[in-house]
Amino acid sequence: MLARISRRLAGLLATLLAASFVIFAAVYAAPGDPAVFLAGGRDKLSPEKLELVRAQYHLDEPLVVQYGRWLGDCVQLDLGRSFKYSDQVADLLAARFPTTLTLVAYATVLFVVLGVGAGVLAAVRRGTWIDSTVVGGTTLAASVPSFVSAIALVAVFGVQLGWFPVTGSGEGFAGTVHHLTLPALSLALGALALISRVTRQSMVDAGAADHVEVARASGIREREIVVRHVLRNALGPIVTMCGLVMAGMLAGTVVVETAFGISGIGSLLVGAINTHDFPVAQAVLLLMVTGYIVVTTLVDLVHPLLDPRVKEASA
Amino acid sequence: MSAPTLDRVGPKTGKDRRPAGVMIADGTLVVVVLAALLAPLLAPYAPDAIDLSASLVGTGPEHLLGTDSSGQDLLSRVLYGARTSLVAPILLLAIAAVLGVTLGTLAAWRGGWVDTVVSRLTDVMYAFPGLLFTVLIIAVFGAGMTTSVLALGLAYTPTVAKYTRSVALSERRKPYIDAYGVQGMGGARICARYLVPNLGRSIIGYLVVLFGEALMSLATLSYLGFGAQPPSSDWGLMVQEGQAAVVQGALLPALVPGFAIALVVVSFNVVGVWAADRLGSRR
Repeated sequence: MLARISRRLAGLLATLLAASFVIFAAVYAAPGDPAVFLAGGRDKLSPEKLELVRAQYHLDEPLVVQYGRWLGDCVQLDLGRSFKYSDQVADLLAARFPTTLTLVAYATVLFVVLGVGAGVLAAVRRGTWIDSTVVGGTTLAASVPSFVSAIALVAVFGVQLGWFPVTGSGEGFAGTVHHLTLPALSLALGALALISRVTRQSMVDAGAADHVEVARASGIREREIVVRHVLRNALGPIVTMCGLVMAGMLAGTVVVETAFGISGIGSLLVGAINTHDFPVAQAVLLLMVTGYIVVTTLVDLVHPLLDPRVKEASA
Repeated sequence: MSAPTLDRVGPKTGKDRRPAGVMIADGTLVVVVLAALLAPLLAPYAPDAIDLSASLVGTGPEHLLGTDSSGQDLLSRVLYGARTSLVAPILLLAIAAVLGVTLGTLAAWRGGWVDTVVSRLTDVMYAFPGLLFTVLIIAVFGAGMTTSVLALGLAYTPTVAKYTRSVALSERRKPYIDAYGVQGMGGARICARYLVPNLGRSIIGYLVVLFGEALMSLATLSYLGFGAQPPSSDWGLMVQEGQAAVVQGALLPALVPGFAIALVVVSFNVVGVWAADRLGSRR
């Protein structure tokens, strides 16, 4: 077990280093002087400003040294300065990250409840019209890009019915929930197909086991069989898939936050690219990739806790 | 020599008839392709003809699907938009196919350190969730349709390489490959002339499955302002331009192109899964 954890953590570290190096070294792939590129390119730049950039990024030193220093700064949460907002990048992120996290958390609750619920329903009513409706409906939902579902939701529930505000992220708990319902829904919709399909398959597999037949023969109520005997055994793949989808959602916020005008880190990334503010784009990408890698590793480590059979198999 | 992968496609039996859903999807795709080809004949207006006096007109005999805020005819724009929306994903998948099949075959054939290097590169790219790898490239090289297609082509390469590697690994264990080797044929020649062509069908099936997703990714980039630039009538860009009007109650400018994207993606997914099942290349 310990060997497994340390191996996974070593893998995590290696992937993080490689990905962060790609994000860092991307500056050098850009055409022209890296200092000009980092400072926002197009505007006229004073020599002092360029000197500041060179100092911040240690551009006069060898690439590996630059990367090491940059990484060291990043670990200490010194993410450089945004030349557009003339602000510390770390402050920009800190101000917006909570909104993005709330959005992802809300979307996760929605897709877990709706997706697992729909999957269980489809498995229990396998072969009926309910099953085919769930499979067909979620497949359809997965084929609609999130920015289209976002606008459709705004059109129906925001503009026509007026139930939800169409932009912003709201104040206080109730206000936040109210504002983020449509964004979270459009973020969750695309994941429903995957989650419900995995749940359905996993439930069907677990339901075929002999002990379920025994439980049924001993007269245990069907509801109890489904929850305690089938769903419990089917949980491993379901939790893993939910974790992976949640990890990927950090990247999905880029589109949804832009569509709903929410100021989180996703819309910050889009704004940074459109205004050639590379230090900010770099920091957001680093944060999102780190979050993604860490969560997927955690999901992998949690799996044997839920399903002891995995532990035996890997030992 | 018939490749063993083709064995799954048996003689035509009653079961081979396409299900109703697939027929509808097929029909939809034919209509969309025709619309793209015949756009100049079918479109009542030029796609970029601005008429500010006819801003946000609803459906009517003048404009069947209404107009957007600059008075451009939505039907004409959607018809012309089908061109970029269909051609661009084909281009990016072609790039991904060339790179991915080469890398995947190389990894499967040579094994050892080549395989390790390819799979490490793949791992690093998979560390970027969703469109983030593409977004990084766009952040560096600037927005535009060319950059987007190239970047997405690169981003899809690991997926194609991984798939090619797995099918090539099982294919190279087959006796006929050994037979060519025994005859003194070089590895590169066996791969180029026999191995890859025999995998062709399943790789193409896999690419069809990816098409819907590729179209969606490109539309998303255009929506974010990273892909097609005005005055293009790319569907993703049209949704972005039409979004402001939604709050004013004019839904068509955003929903018409949005519906077009969803329709084509759904159709491709239905056809793709069905084709992949038959060609034995389901993920």
